[in-house]
Amino acid sequence: MATLHTRSAARLMIAPSVLLLLAWMIVPLAMTIYFSLLRYNLLMPGMEEFAGLSNYTYFLTDPAFFQAIFNTLAIVLGVLFITVIGGIALSLLLDQPMFGQGIVRILVIAPFLIMPTVAALVWKNMFMNPVNGLFAWLAKLVGLQPFDFLANAPLFSIILIVAWQWLPFATLILLTALQSLDEEQKEAAQMDGAGAWSRFFYLVLPHLSRAITVVILIQTIFLLSVFAEILVTTNGGPGTQSTNLTFLVYAQALLQFDVGGASAGGIIAVILANIVAFFLMRMIGKTLEA
Amino acid sequence: MGSITLKNVSKVFGAHAVIPSIDLDITDGEFVVFVGPSGCGKSTLLRLIAGLEDVSDGQIVIDGRNATELPPAKRGLSMVFQSYALYPHMSVRSNIAFPLKMAGEEKAVIDKKVADAARVLNLTDYLDRKPRQLSGGQRQRVAIGRAIVRQPEAFLFDEPLSNLDAALRVNMRLEISQLHQQLKTTMIYVTHDQVEAMTMADKIVVLNRGRIEQVGSPLELYHKPDNLFVAGFIGSPKMNFISGAPAAAYQAHTIGIRPEHLALSKEQGTWRGTVGVAEHLGSDTFLHVNADGIGTLTARVSGDFGVTHGDPVFLTPDVQRLHKFDDKGLAIR
Repeated sequence: MATLHTRSAARLMIAPSVLLLLAWMIVPLAMTIYFSLLRYNLLMPGMEEFAGLSNYTYFLTDPAFFQAIFNTLAIVLGVLFITVIGGIALSLLLDQPMFGQGIVRILVIAPFLIMPTVAALVWKNMFMNPVNGLFAWLAKLVGLQPFDFLANAPLFSIILIVAWQWLPFATLILLTALQSLDEEQKEAAQMDGAGAWSRFFYLVLPHLSRAITVVILIQTIFLLSVFAEILVTTNGGPGTQSTNLTFLVYAQALLQFDVGGASAGGIIAVILANIVAFFLMRMIGKTLEA
Repeated sequence: MGSITLKNVSKVFGAHAVIPSIDLDITDGEFVVFVGPSGCGKSTLLRLIAGLEDVSDGQIVIDGRNATELPPAKRGLSMVFQSYALYPHMSVRSNIAFPLKMAGEEKAVIDKKVADAARVLNLTDYLDRKPRQLSGGQRQRVAIGRAIVRQPEAFLFDEPLSNLDAALRVNMRLEISQLHQQLKTTMIYVTHDQVEAMTMADKIVVLNRGRIEQVGSPLELYHKPDNLFVAGFIGSPKMNFISGAPAAAYQAHTIGIRPEHLALSKEQGTWRGTVGVAEHLGSDTFLHVNADGIGTLTARVSGDFGVTHGDPVFLTPDVQRLHKFDDKGLAIR
């Protein structure tokens, strides 16, 4: 792009895709904002009228809203905690030379390839079911009362299911990072008298820091909008105990038929996601520069 | 102090014996160079001494103590790696301090030792930089700094100069030799470059296919090579080997004559030939001569010996410095 001519030609060339992307984003956003300012209920078609900011007032003062914010954060942080720590542990194990390494690695990746709805249903019916589930069977085997996960600890159960799905992703990224660690550095640390724990702490962990940030960034984006797992297991309940922001917007629009309120919720979710993204990018900018 | 003895040490990978069996004595304060072509097992031997590989059989005695089963950190050795193996996220200071920190030294002691090492290696101005902000030679010095702060019984160098450019390599060679004069610690140095071996070593160990071909001082190896391999490996340009009738004239299967021990003349001599390629270095000229009935010989003449491609020349070997070998490649003395 040396000359003015090539530069303006380049701009002309990319203009269509930029415009298309812009329209792709702007049109739905504008429509959502527009709907959020209407009194728009599917049960009363043809009765739409301008409602000002009242949809926002209702949504923000809804007690379920704060529960949903808390649940959203709990899911994101809980899953990140489990997958990052579990991913580091698993990748360290998988990095060891062992018999059947290829097969084991494929098995580890498998959960990531299963659809969220299927995974959640498998967990709900085959593991966590208080009558037929594996956990119930195990509990009975040692003479304990089976624990009804989805009724008594719904949020924790969902975190567990989602973490199970994302663990392979974290493991995979961290494993590749681990394999790029220079063998001579490890040997040098060994000669320098560093034990296994010191080598992990002073050598492996700093080496993984970049990969860990990538895992956190990508997972946060997807975890803010966990939906299928909640829909097929707890349906947000009991009460609103496992409702996150995405599910709350869904409930508003398709269970209460309040499109206006749901749109307001959607806009609030967008704003919150941007706030999270802002802090995330700052944190990541620091790590990726180093 | 830093004496190292290998007794019957062998290393087997699967069915392949990389090192069949080696006996070697290294006395305290010696600068020993392991030299040989790539794949001769010299690096493996060094890693066996370091403890980074387990010996398959035999014993390694360091400082009178059987160290065969000891982990690397307990052997009192430190190593400089080919890739330097600096810790990339740590500053130069933390890199050099790392072994001391692992040994649980006090902060004040660490600071003092790091400062001393940095002064010796001219790194004082770079202590707060990260390794990637340093040049190749500086990184090399940091790696050496990390090795010397522990005051080990012996230093192990694994081809430390092979990633540096030619000019820097000559400099660092000198610096490492000076460091050895200063510290008087045993050093074991692995290289495939016979020039490095000749210039730095007190004692050279020539290895080939996991076997020791010869051990001796640089000049011993140069003047009295035990066999064809050592004769061909030590010295640059390579020794000329002649077999057949010309060798039989000296009652040998093969004779060897170094390029610097061939006298050239334009008028008369033992062997006649024509000049092939002339490499002019200024002070010297290396002539590749196609000798009649013998083959190509390399000869070193002074820079002002005026011949060019195609000129006839006569070569006369210095009979005193002729090396004779029997049909097994061993030297006849």
